[in-house]
Amino acid sequence: MNRSASLPKAPLQHRWRNWLLTIITLAIIVWSFTGMPSLEIKPNAWVVTKSIAAGLAHPDFSYVWTGDGEDLTSTLLQTLGIAFLGTFISAIISLPFAFWAANTQHKFWLTTRSGKFVLTAIRTFPEIVLALMFIKAVGPGSFAGVLAVGFHSVGMLAKLFSEAIENMNNRAGEAVIAAGGNRLDVTVIASLPQLIPEFVSNTLYRFELAIRSASILGMVGAGGVGTPLIFAIQTRSWSRVGIILYGIIILVTLTDWLSGFLRKRLV
Amino acid sequence: MTAPTLPKRQLQWRKWLLTGIMVLGLIWSIGITNANLGLFFKNFSQFTVIFTEMAHVDWSYAYYTIDPMIQTLKMAIIGTLIGSAVAFPYALLVSRNIVTNKIVVGIFRFVLNIVRTIPDLMLAALFVAIVGIGPVAGIFALAIFTFGMVGKLFYEAVETIDPGPLEALKAAGAGRIEMIRFAVLPQIANYFVSFVLYAFEINVRASTVLGYMGAGGIGIYLQQALSMFRYDRVGLIVLVIFAVVLVIDYISGKAREVLL
Repeated sequence: MNRSASLPKAPLQHRWRNWLLTIITLAIIVWSFTGMPSLEIKPNAWVVTKSIAAGLAHPDFSYVWTGDGEDLTSTLLQTLGIAFLGTFISAIISLPFAFWAANTQHKFWLTTRSGKFVLTAIRTFPEIVLALMFIKAVGPGSFAGVLAVGFHSVGMLAKLFSEAIENMNNRAGEAVIAAGGNRLDVTVIASLPQLIPEFVSNTLYRFELAIRSASILGMVGAGGVGTPLIFAIQTRSWSRVGIILYGIIILVTLTDWLSGFLRKRLV
Repeated sequence: MTAPTLPKRQLQWRKWLLTGIMVLGLIWSIGITNANLGLFFKNFSQFTVIFTEMAHVDWSYAYYTIDPMIQTLKMAIIGTLIGSAVAFPYALLVSRNIVTNKIVVGIFRFVLNIVRTIPDLMLAALFVAIVGIGPVAGIFALAIFTFGMVGKLFYEAVETIDPGPLEALKAAGAGRIEMIRFAVLPQIANYFVSFVLYAFEINVRASTVLGYMGAGGIGIYLQQALSMFRYDRVGLIVLVIFAVVLVIDYISGKAREVLL
């Protein structure tokens, strides 16, 4: 007992722990390679790759604008609209969820726990399945995409909101109470001015992600640029895939840049 | 009892302008997406019908989801591994405090940003076209997806390290490799592992649906169940995904807590 106490024990333990972790990690990695079909690349893979590269190098510029509402510009604008409206809806739905899940004082622990659990469940529910369910309800098209983005985003947005509520400074609220304010006063004068910039910033961030999901939801029929994209991939018209890919990249980059600019101004 | 009034705020025209833009954007997006909440509430019963069907989970199918779920996990592990392995040297290449050549940093950063904008499902669809249906396509898609995500986190971490050790090594005449080994790595190794775990969490989620495009794993079963309108099976698959994601998130979260 005495001797062991005098020994510098921690480093040895650390070394043991590190070795153990390394071995476990390696074992997991080796295990994950077992049973994988060895890279049995199709014989024509090289040909396909070359034609994809050729398509990307020579994008089909005629598709940018045809005027029939099915062209790249129209579907990209549709994607933007889906992301915008979906994020807007989800921001509204997120508010009650955020207050439910926020771990604030004087609150029963089960309320917070259940709220966080529900949010995790929403986050995990595959967005594609959600989109298909909404397609069943309202028919294929952008509106199903809006609903899918709107409901799926709640899982993450409400989590971010609730974290903002948890990190809020309570002093201002206490000051309002000390000056004789009621709960409504606390909310309007102390809480909201602190929370709104955070909420807006979180919503903008979520909007960036919504653009990405809105651009692929069309692959299952929920409107936006994903629909022509999946058609182009299935028919192997790579020059059209190329122009759509460039369109998505430009849209995502522009919205990321704009939203990042706005968020910097806010905080 | 008059409430004490707050000092009047100056008219903030910029705020009003932003609000105006938001309202216009709202009207525009409602128009372009043909949003019709009335239709949604009218057909809400359709939605609940599917939901109740999903709630009647087909437990007998559970046995068949084990293998594809394991394949999904394996895909996520290998994809994360390859993506992070490529992202590590790449991140050093785009860190301004390691590589001082602005043009090199600019070009490689541009490439990284472009990779980050490509949606994961689209990558899956492309790789299914190249290597055929199966988990290999999923692994490629996840590797590129991880590369974009982790690469950015990596270089941001590298750029925030303490420059002291770097300068000390440089002053002592160390080469670039030695600087990376003795000044950069010790400072960021923990962050790197943490980011990789984080990427793994996201990849597990992503890989569950990649199969929808034919890229292997449980997503293929999800797609089959959906196309056969077997919502009881869809419900089961969603539950299995949920359970696995919860467990992975828990383990990875604990590991990251220990690391940081």
